[in-house]
Formats: sequence, C-alpha cells, structure tokens
Amino acid sequence: MTLTKRIIPCLDVKNGRVVKGLHFESIKDAGDPVELAKKYSDEGADELVFLDITASDEQRKTIKDLVRKVAQVIDIPFTVGGGVKSLEDARNILLNGADKVGINTGAIKNPHVITELMELFGRQCVVVAIDAKRNFDIQKDKNLFSENGKQFWFEVFIYGGKEVTGVDAIEWAKKAEKLGAGEILLTSIDKDGTKDGYDILLNKEIVNSVSIPVIASGGCGKPDDMVNVFQKSNVDAALAASIFHYQTHGVNGVKMYLKEKQIPVRL
Amino acid sequence: MVNLAIFDYGAGNIFSLKNSLEKTGATVDVITDFDKPNIYSGLLLPGVGNFDPAIKSICKSSKTGFNDYVKDNTPVLGICLGMEMFFEKSEEGNEEGLGIIKGDVIILPPSMKVPHMGWNNLEIKKSGKILEGVKDRDWVYFVHSYRVKPANNDIITAESDYGIKVPAVVEQGNFFGTQFHPEKSGKVGKIMIQNFLDVCKK
Repeated sequence: MTLTKRIIPCLDVKNGRVVKGLHFESIKDAGDPVELAKKYSDEGADELVFLDITASDEQRKTIKDLVRKVAQVIDIPFTVGGGVKSLEDARNILLNGADKVGINTGAIKNPHVITELMELFGRQCVVVAIDAKRNFDIQKDKNLFSENGKQFWFEVFIYGGKEVTGVDAIEWAKKAEKLGAGEILLTSIDKDGTKDGYDILLNKEIVNSVSIPVIASGGCGKPDDMVNVFQKSNVDAALAASIFHYQTHGVNGVKMYLKEKQIPVRL
Repeated sequence: MVNLAIFDYGAGNIFSLKNSLEKTGATVDVITDFDKPNIYSGLLLPGVGNFDPAIKSICKSSKTGFNDYVKDNTPVLGICLGMEMFFEKSEEGNEEGLGIIKGDVIILPPSMKVPHMGWNNLEIKKSGKILEGVKDRDWVYFVHSYRVKPANNDIITAESDYGIKVPAVVEQGNFFGTQFHPEKSGKVGKIMIQNFLDVCKK
C-alpha cells in the first residue's frame, strides 16, 4: 500500500458558525464548527479544512479562538484559510494550532508571500487555494479547452469568487508550486454548490500541470462523485461540505463505499 | 506527573503537540533555549519549520548547549524535522545537523509527489519502545519532503512505502524519531505519545 486518498470535510465559517452556500452565495447555517470538527474527526475524516468567509477583518479576528478550540478537540491535521493576506495572518493561524494555512486572494495580490511562508514554516504548511471558472471569452495566450463544441479557459477568481483576475488557473498553479506551495486546493466555481459532481476536466488539467498534491473541491453531492474524481483526475484528496453537514452520508460510510470501489482509503 | 519540554524554533504549530501531550497527562513547558538547567523528564523537537533556521535556533546560544542539555540520557522525541536534525546533514539546508545519529537526510525521489502528504501504513521491522501496542499496517499521517538515511539501518524500527522505503521510526538509545506526526495520527499516534511518556517516567 502506498498513500491513501484523503477525504476532507470542509467547514465554511462565517461569524463563528458553519455555513454552506451555492455558487459562493446563498448562505445556510450548518452548525457549530468545534462540534462538527470533533464529529468528523471521530468518524474518520483524514483532514479538515476551515474557510473563514467572515466579511470584515474586525470580525475575522475571532478565528484565532476558533483555531485553538478546534486544535484542542481533534487529532488529525487541519487547514485554515480565508482572509490570509500577510505572513502575520498566517503566523496567527499556525501558531494557534492549525497545521496548514490556505491562501487565495492574498497570494494573487502578493505572490511573494507564498515564498515567505515556505521559507519560514516549510512548504507543507502552505496551501494555495485556487477558485477557477470557465471563461468563454477566448484569449490566445491562455490554456484553451473545449467541451460540447465550445472553447474556454479557466480563469482565477478572488475575493470568494466575486472578482475576476484575468489569470489562467493552469499557469497560476504552476507558478504557485514554483514559489513554494505545498498543496493546491482547487475549487471549481462552475460546480460549487451544484451537487452535480466535481469538475473532472479542471482537476485533471491542474493535476497534470503540477507535482504537488491537489485537493478537488466543488460539486460533490454523493460518494460516487468522489469515486469519479479519484479515478478520472488522479487528485490526491477530495473535499466536500454539504454531503457531510446535512447527514446525507457519514464520513465513514463514504470511505467504506470508496474502498468497495477500489479507491485506497484509511479505514 | 511527567514534566516535559517542547523546544520552539518559532516557526510553526507546536500547539497541537503540546495539547496531545497534555491530554496524555503530562505537564508541558515550551522552551526557546538550552541555557537554563534541564529540569525535565523528556524533550520534544517538534516537526515544523525548515532545517537551517531550526538548527540555528537550537544552536544559537552554543553548539554544545543541546548536547549538554541531554547528557544525562534525557529521552528526546524528534518529530519529522525534529528527527531529521538528529542526523549529520540535510539536503534541505547548509547547516550541520546535531550529529547524534550517523547518516544524512535526503530529498524524496522525484518520481513521487513531494511532499509525501497524507496517511500511510507503518511496516514494523522490529520491536521498539515507541511502537509498543502499534500494529503492523496501522495508519499514520506524514507530511514531509525529505527522508533520513541512517548509516546503520538497525536503528530503523518501522518503515513506510512511498515508492521507496521511507524510514518512519528510528530509535537510538534515548533518541526517538518519527518521520510522521504522532500528534496528528489519531488513535495510533496517541499510543506512541503515551509510549514516549512511559519512557520518560522511567
């Protein structure tokens, strides 16, 4: 046996509560982050990801207490992201008990922060989160793909999917790796919240462009979606939120199912 | 009650380790130099950071500081980078290692994804104090880009398969090292933390 595929429940946290949106928008309350973290850890989650989607910097300061509380109740790795702009933000998260820090908008705005983080904390702590979406406005210098006769490229979005960047997601992933990223957390905006399955094409193309681990995110509605993304894109981990939050499937149940389908998982 | 020290290089999450030791019943102090007399039953070198800055922070007051500190056979558990520093040198940096264990630290083969990140099986080679109660094939959490290459393979008590055999646990006298993170390895990790505490109690 070599490395297993990781199953990662994701907790989007807003003002101290777990929430879940569709296409990065409409928000529903899904529970207490510390309770959910403990529950998922006990059920056999391989890792957890917390994304702080709190709007203002002022309110976001509470993330430090949350990180501490979570670190006290779980004994598996966890990543915290959302609003990380500087070395100081990252330090605040890591020194309070998180194992990895996710950086998204902050990395696009100042790519050098990836290198600074890598040099200080080691590559393994640095998760570059990329939110990507199909752009059908063709530009020659982008990596072009086609589906159903339509051509497009994958564009990076920042500020929680609200702002376009003009950056090609494939190129950005490669650059992030060079700068010092230890892992890519790849969210498909087209698929996020749809429960329609992961974005196989996007995940496959990014996996083939970098040599660091890639976490697939966005679109998981059932265990078969995970089977699919593992078999068709060779990602290292699959992240999901709603199938776990709303008790559609327990973490252990999902992993048993994956094992039946010959996906190597930790049970 | 066991009183332990975690050495803090100032570069990462030591909270989880501290927390897991405290849950197992130890009292834990975080230290940042080896200048004061050693009042602890055990020392931990945590597994976060980068080789050169970490070595520099250990050796900042004096090169002999660390060796003096553990000369009475204080049990030392090095986790990941903490274990790598026991060796003579590392491809991650230019600084000399602590040189307690003969051998080098080398980068993982380029044929595999680096870092080696995630849950992998332990293949137990021989019995060891840290591995008591741990079963062959048990799962532990790895996150590293380098592996140790001891001059003497007898000190390796468990390995893991990542394209090549990665030494996962080493034991040499009062020095114990794990390439994975026991504090992040769920129930199996907890057993190993408890084992180290038991060593420290003696």
